[in-house]
Amino acid sequence: MSSALKPAARNEAVLFDLAVDKLRGLNAALAALVPQTNQTSWRVLNPRGEHAVAVGVTVPVEITIDGHVGYYCAGMNDGAVITVEGNAGPGVAENMMSGTVHVRGDASQAAGATAHGGLLIIDGNASARCGISMKGIDIVVKGSVGHMSAFMAQSGNLVILGDAGEALGDSLYEARIFVRGKVASLGADCEEKPMTEGDAALLTGLLKRAGVTAEVAEFKIYGSARTLYHFHVDNAGAY
Amino acid sequence: MNEFSSPHIPRTPPRRSATFDEYSISEIQRAAATGIYDIRGGGAKRKLPHFDDLLFLGASVSRYPLEGYRERCGTDVVLGTRFASKPIHLKIPVTIAGMSFGALSGNAKEALGRGATAVGTSTTTGDGGMTPEERGHSQTLVYQYLPSRYGMNLADLRKADAIEVVIGQGAKPGGGGMLLGQKISPRVAQMRNLPEGIDQRSACRHPDWTGPDDLEIKILELRELTNWEKPIYIKVGASRPYYDTALAIKAGADVAKAMALGADAVAIGTAALIALGDNAPEWEAEYQKLGTTAGAYDDWHEGRDPAGITTQDPDLAARLDPVKAGRRLANYLSVLTLEAQAIARACGKSHLHNLEPEDLVALTIEAAAMAQVPLAGTEWIPGRS
Repeated sequence: MSSALKPAARNEAVLFDLAVDKLRGLNAALAALVPQTNQTSWRVLNPRGEHAVAVGVTVPVEITIDGHVGYYCAGMNDGAVITVEGNAGPGVAENMMSGTVHVRGDASQAAGATAHGGLLIIDGNASARCGISMKGIDIVVKGSVGHMSAFMAQSGNLVILGDAGEALGDSLYEARIFVRGKVASLGADCEEKPMTEGDAALLTGLLKRAGVTAEVAEFKIYGSARTLYHFHVDNAGAY
Repeated sequence: MNEFSSPHIPRTPPRRSATFDEYSISEIQRAAATGIYDIRGGGAKRKLPHFDDLLFLGASVSRYPLEGYRERCGTDVVLGTRFASKPIHLKIPVTIAGMSFGALSGNAKEALGRGATAVGTSTTTGDGGMTPEERGHSQTLVYQYLPSRYGMNLADLRKADAIEVVIGQGAKPGGGGMLLGQKISPRVAQMRNLPEGIDQRSACRHPDWTGPDDLEIKILELRELTNWEKPIYIKVGASRPYYDTALAIKAGADVAKAMALGADAVAIGTAALIALGDNAPEWEAEYQKLGTTAGAYDDWHEGRDPAGITTQDPDLAARLDPVKAGRRLANYLSVLTLEAQAIARACGKSHLHNLEPEDLVALTIEAAAMAQVPLAGTEWIPGRS
């Protein structure tokens, strides 16, 4: 057993100290977990901006990371509940399949990029390209998002309680975007849609899952105008 | 009428412009009529510097050759020994390049797997993800990690034998891609999380990293995700090559030349499709209906491939027998290897990897400059001396 890994007493979290042992030890220990594991609670100490922390976890364990992380934290997560008690670098929860990732601070670029499922909650702001090419994930950002967020977003839902930067939803496919604040500009083929009862119910559920109290009526919803779905010379100005 | 008027003036025959040749004029006329640029495959339509511009210097006095078909000339290659705990071992250094299920039919992907596996080499997935059929029929399967991340998931990533991070394609570096709606069948759409029948853009750059420093971190993540087991390749469409470059491989001599210039292995795409049966004369009547001819068909994106290879039309796809097509591919891969071995033996090499730049000269200044080998008959390497 790694010297950084402290076995848990009953009802206590397993501690892994990245100041003592290396990233490889942490991810190998998490990868070795079986679905029936008793080690269901983990605490990672001293991440100090390390990249690729807690990637590829496929069991429903809870992992709390005590501090800031670098690139790709919780990448390809498939079932774990991962909380970052700090800020996250680029690509947090990239390509997540399922589970929950909660960033208590801010997130850098490409948060939730290409993710297929699960829930990503960002308590602070998210930088550019939040939800880029998202493929089914739900993302709730309690602050604002940067430019080109939801670029080429395919499916899933992006909820923004603050403002959105330039070119929101550029080249959007079937994802939905809910924004409570101001939108600097919409990208190509992104348009405001009427909020249906189904949309409102969906948003209510997302806000509840993210622990947010907000009025659905304060939000606008954006989706694809679907004019770029087929290559055509009349759309040349949008390409 | 005087001596300067017709019919006394000699007539010159019509002469076409070298600048506005027949093709250029027809393309302007087609573009003006449709408003859409021509989309096609098939590589360059004009002569460019190529492996054909390089020659091998056979062994004679200062080096002695190996006996053809008698003395052993190794062809195997092991990839990923530096970091991967499970490197891959290929029997031949010719692999199958990434081509997606979507661009190709399921039968074509199966045939590629069968052919490659028969001769002990690898196939590669492509944009759109990994299919069970492809995994099942490919002993060694390389999983492409693409900008679009269509079909990318952790389970398939861990099933792969190697991972290839795609930066660009040899056919169109920097261009990304577009799979037109007629090839987006329900299954293709489901694998890519997109609606059926719409044109699907394959992104030209990765969504969560830019530049070599980021790429290093991305590779770290991929290694951590796969327990540092798998070799990781980087596929770079040649644009500003420093170490690796891409040229079309057609024959065993091309394989040998690429390896002499430093390649550990090469990958074939278009040539593999031709070996499966693409552009075969047996479909000439149907090629004619499409306005082309066998040997010149290059509209693979349209999904109407008479050979049933680059299509999602079930009736067309059923034309390709994956067992027979796989056999043809295996034959072709064997021929490429035998040809490369014949050249290597003639150069006195006991393994294809022993071929080296010193074995080559160039027929043109351009080829000499690009390959950094001497112009034939001289010791001059342009740009170096």
